[in-house]
Amino acid sequence: MSTLRTLIAGFGGQGSLFFGKVISYCGLHDDKNVTNLPSYGPEMRGGTANCSVIISDEEISSPLVLNPDTLVVMNLPSYDKFVGTVAPGGNIILDSTLIDKKVEREDITAYYVPAAELAEKHNLQGLANIILLGKFLAVTGFTSLETVEKTFEKVVPAKKAHLIPKNIEAVKLGMEL
Amino acid sequence: MSERVLMKGNEALAEAAIRNGCRHFFGYPITPQTELAAYMSKRMPKIGGTYLQAESEIAAANMVLGAASAGVRAMTSSSSPGISLKTEAISYMCGSDLPCLIVNVQRGGPGLGGIQASQADYWQATKAPGHGDLHILVFAPCSVQEMVDLVGKAFALADQYRMPAMILADGMLGQMMEPVVLCEPGEVQMVEKPWAVTGHGGRRPHNIVNSLFLTPDELERTVKERFERYRKIEKTEALAENYMTDDADYVIVSYGACARIAKSAVLAAREKGVKVGLVRPLTLWPFPKQDLIKAAEHAKEFLCVEMSMGQMVDDVRLAISCSRPVSFFGHTGGIIPTPAEILAEIEKMAGGNA
Repeated sequence: MSTLRTLIAGFGGQGSLFFGKVISYCGLHDDKNVTNLPSYGPEMRGGTANCSVIISDEEISSPLVLNPDTLVVMNLPSYDKFVGTVAPGGNIILDSTLIDKKVEREDITAYYVPAAELAEKHNLQGLANIILLGKFLAVTGFTSLETVEKTFEKVVPAKKAHLIPKNIEAVKLGMEL
Repeated sequence: MSERVLMKGNEALAEAAIRNGCRHFFGYPITPQTELAAYMSKRMPKIGGTYLQAESEIAAANMVLGAASAGVRAMTSSSSPGISLKTEAISYMCGSDLPCLIVNVQRGGPGLGGIQASQADYWQATKAPGHGDLHILVFAPCSVQEMVDLVGKAFALADQYRMPAMILADGMLGQMMEPVVLCEPGEVQMVEKPWAVTGHGGRRPHNIVNSLFLTPDELERTVKERFERYRKIEKTEALAENYMTDDADYVIVSYGACARIAKSAVLAAREKGVKVGLVRPLTLWPFPKQDLIKAAEHAKEFLCVEMSMGQMVDDVRLAISCSRPVSFFGHTGGIIPTPAEILAEIEKMAGGNA
């Protein structure tokens, strides 16, 4: 029995909601219970977008993720807003290209991934979020790489199917960091 | 059975309505309900249905009145301020004995309010969804799966009792994605509607759908007939989930998405040894009085948890004839109570007895 409580946050357009969608579909594929609660409204319109995802073997009561076990942040405002909420013993995965801060808390484990820079360097433009997803997979082990690969085939629309190999490359890159 | 799919509440509700035979949707966009209308706009033209974005909520609701008069399964959806505009047509449909489905994906009020999740339209839905002596069926789902399951129930009971039904959801349920199993379209039973105003080539006396009765005697008779139906519904159609209530000293009463958060608090309180349970109404009208009466046999105290200023509290007090204290905890305006806050209220209620 295990429950994964995670929060993914960044600017609108950085792909935090897509990140949440991919891991939610992985949970569905693995026959788990899943809740995915996105932010909506003013924060989406040019501000920060975030998404709470719970994947569990058990029935999920509250879909709120107030104290994530693993927090993924892609910009500084999200970092500042949420770093204090991570459950003690939990993880924070951050894009160190865009967040120029060191985590001061000693009760959580920080993973600094220069995702935006790596995406640029490896010709994976726009896939910084997926590099972070690779790291997320390596840190949490919430599913298998095979499930993630299958999930991309489901969530990427047919006319964008040619982008699937790039996405998988980005996941693998993130996993190896 | 269909496979499990991951869907947003608003979209799952729309798909469920289609699978339950709804082919006529009339709407107007408003956050946090818009995905429902957007989904309908994509699907309806492909299956020979009608999707119409009206010039206003008032127009949309009156188009539902027209379509329902012709005997088809028709629906509209909106969020709080938009529902206020629909109340005129809802009253006319009650007065004309017309079945239909109205979805309210609630946001904060009053006025334009906000756009975050709220349950502040409880009074409107259960007491006065329009002017006159009337009720509508009100269903309160707590998950995307229940959004889907209750759509079928709402359409079926609306048809059976010839009255409007409402799904009272909220922004959280509308926006949230969860795995869901949809019904197969073939599983739906449609009832005959011999009262519908359809073309018949002069083969029968013509039907009239009308809510105007200028003779008081006649109007009173139609209202009284309707209330006999309401009394039957109150006896037979009330639904609630009773969770850990059998031995509960304290009982939370909460519905919709808010009840899921309350359930987390109930579990946490049980781990601390507090005997607390949850009564979760699935129908708000009819209100599940019997479940509360039963819970009151053991419970010392009740606590309503809502995303409003406590609109359900009086219904709970009435259901149990004020035999136990009923207190309230909640937030309004788009703020969602947290499990920790509710747990603190439970512990306060349990006092030193925990």
